[in-house]
Amino acid sequence: MVKWTEEERRIVRGVWEKVDIDEIGAELWARALIVYPWIERYFGSFGDIFTTTAILNNPKLAALGKVVLSALDTAVKNIDHFKAMYASLSRQHYEKIKVDPDNFRLLAECITITIACKLRAELNPQVQATWQKFLSAVVEAMSSQYK
Amino acid sequence: MVAWSDQERSIITSIFSNLDYNDVGPKALIRCLIVYPWTQRYFASFGNLYNADAIKTNPNIQAHGTKILHGLDRAVKNMDDIKTTYAELSVLHSEKLHVDPDNFKLLADCLTIVIAAKMGSGFTPEIQETFQKFLAVVVSALGKQYH
Repeated sequence: MVKWTEEERRIVRGVWEKVDIDEIGAELWARALIVYPWIERYFGSFGDIFTTTAILNNPKLAALGKVVLSALDTAVKNIDHFKAMYASLSRQHYEKIKVDPDNFRLLAECITITIACKLRAELNPQVQATWQKFLSAVVEAMSSQYK
Repeated sequence: MVAWSDQERSIITSIFSNLDYNDVGPKALIRCLIVYPWTQRYFASFGNLYNADAIKTNPNIQAHGTKILHGLDRAVKNMDDIKTTYAELSVLHSEKLHVDPDNFKLLADCLTIVIAAKMGSGFTPEIQETFQKFLAVVVSALGKQYH
């Protein structure tokens, strides 16, 4: 089980408090789909997802962004237990959506970059280290039911 | 050979022409040493790296960070043949410095975060895509002479 110091818990909550779920939800998909375009294969039914403008105005992606960030919110608020809570989500991505688990890491990277653009100097090295430790734990939880 | 559009060339030269090398270089290296602490093993002769504050104020790290960024200059100026430009540097890192080539990607990721934090909302998905493409070519060139 991942261990968290008081300082690390404080840092993760501190970063998360500054995240506006409505603002960032669409942006993280824009980064993921533009920088790693093979991810488009998972969004065949989402309509126009081929330019930044289209992505930022796509209501299905905005809605999905909120879903992803709400799941992240659950992890922030249950930092000691979320791996178990993520089991059914992991199974869904493995069995039903069939997402290559490498893409969890890429999306996590895009989340960090989106946050870096917003928080700027506040995402100092120690904060980045802790935030990435948290996202690694999330990625691991998302991959946990893959065989 | 990697193909670069005019727009990509202009994005890369613009990013580098707006950089304070003495600021961004050290920041990227410091971040790498804090976020990925095993990279400190390559700097055993650099003096005190025992904690984040020591790393941030270490003059050898400062100088080396600047040097690394100036090294990237050569790639910016020779975008059509980064592989040949870096052949000697790759041999040096493999045979003399014994750097695990995985670490090139880690430093590249830290540089991306420093640039993202610097540019804020100006670090658009398209700019991120081009910058990461550039760094991927650099990382590949640095690993090319390893055997």
